[in-house]
Amino acid sequence: MIAWVHQRLPATVAYLAAVACLSVATPVPAQQLVPVPALSSPVTDLTGTLTPDQVAALDAKLRAFEQAKGSQIAVLIVATTEPEAIEQYALRVAEAWKLGRKGVDDGALLLVALQDRKVRIEVGYGLEGALPDAIANRIIDEDVVPQFRRGDFHGGIATAVDRMMRVVDGEPLPAPASRAPAQDIPGLSGLLPFLFILAIVGGSIFRRMFGRVGGALATGGVVGGLTWLLIGILGLAFGAGVLAFIFALLGGFGGGGGNGWYSRRHGGGWGHPGGFGGGFGGGGGWSGGGGGFGGGGASGSW
Amino acid sequence: MRTLKVSLLAFGSLLLSACGYNTLQVQDEATKSAWAEVVNQYQRRADLIPNLVNTVKGYAAQEQAVLLGVTEARAKASQITVNADDPASLAAFQQAQGEVSSALSRLLVTVENYPDLKSDQNFRDLQAQLEGTENRITVARNRFIQAVQDFNVTVRKFPTNLTAMIFGYKVKPNFTVADEAAISKPPTVDFNTTPAPAPTVPEPAPTPEPAPAPSN
Repeated sequence: MIAWVHQRLPATVAYLAAVACLSVATPVPAQQLVPVPALSSPVTDLTGTLTPDQVAALDAKLRAFEQAKGSQIAVLIVATTEPEAIEQYALRVAEAWKLGRKGVDDGALLLVALQDRKVRIEVGYGLEGALPDAIANRIIDEDVVPQFRRGDFHGGIATAVDRMMRVVDGEPLPAPASRAPAQDIPGLSGLLPFLFILAIVGGSIFRRMFGRVGGALATGGVVGGLTWLLIGILGLAFGAGVLAFIFALLGGFGGGGGNGWYSRRHGGGWGHPGGFGGGFGGGGGWSGGGGGFGGGGASGSW
Repeated sequence: MRTLKVSLLAFGSLLLSACGYNTLQVQDEATKSAWAEVVNQYQRRADLIPNLVNTVKGYAAQEQAVLLGVTEARAKASQITVNADDPASLAAFQQAQGEVSSALSRLLVTVENYPDLKSDQNFRDLQAQLEGTENRITVARNRFIQAVQDFNVTVRKFPTNLTAMIFGYKVKPNFTVADEAAISKPPTVDFNTTPAPAPTVPEPAPTPEPAPAPSN
């Protein structure tokens, strides 16, 4: 697009401006990238290469491995990654799926691009020690490529997955959590001390202005409004406002009020917004746990 | 009076966060860590090179010119102390690392002539590590470019540009694609059996003229 505009640089400024406006208004899709499929189970076969039985067997194996070890290994078979190289597509998938546990980053992806005849093992940060590039390359060279050449895709994938699991199994990783922790509300942790100070300071100011109950009401309103403004969860803002109100009301009685507020905050109606991360449990959905990838791994072709 | 001060402070901090001060902090740190990752991955590549050169030497000691080219490019690149906030320094760093890349690609082209070397397991492992590291470099660079872009947009956009101005945050230099063009150009393969004239540059490397790089 830019080169095209450049070639016609002598054209009038108005024409250029019109072109620029048009190109902003209706962006031309440069080249359609292959979309990243939604992650719902460890094995995603978009080409129908594996039989349902084979998929189910691999699936069960990988789920069991995740329960035992905590690491998430996924398999994705696509027709092609064009126009991207397999490395770029693999990273996009890994970044979207977030395989592996958050902070441990123990995820790995085996990606097969059938028409391109390319295969890649993408390794999360936390597994780069257990599954370094050289080992990933050996798995591809020794296990995947020979079997793929014979047309045995299931055999190649199953052997590779087995070997990946064995290698990862030898790595000391944190034990799998029986349950993934609740998701953090973004911004809340940074905001809490500020809201706390506001409740104290605002409470004392408003009490002087409006009296005890009026001041507490004002404090609650301000804190609630601010929380809503900054976090955008109405229920949470309401809770914060009510707590600030109670706190400001009790504030005059001294230190005991603060303690009461704290225990109320934890016992009170905060609930646990947001679902549970991770994909533990039987035949249900499966999702990444928040692991990070940095481009480690190896590629090959058959 | 004291409460007034405290409340002013609290109000001020709220105002600052509304004006993008916190965003600037977060994005500034993001560019720094993204840059650290870039340097880290280039260092990883530099650490691989001596091993690679030694392995190739075992099979193809006569390829003096290519081997020397890689070693010299690596030495030059690791001499550079880079300041990511200084465009000239960043460009010099980029230039030096680009020379390492092209020296390495010449080495890998040469290796094609040595089937024994190519099937050596040690060499294959090293090559896999090198490929993985090159990929990590690409990823780290892309993330750095993205982080700098986010930061720069914050610095230039209204109203956060006012906050940036007050606190002296300036637009950061980013990687340019100038060397990308040179890297993505396929190396010219020389089918002459006579080895390219060895760079008879005198041994001391610190001469400003690097070993002639005929392929690009």
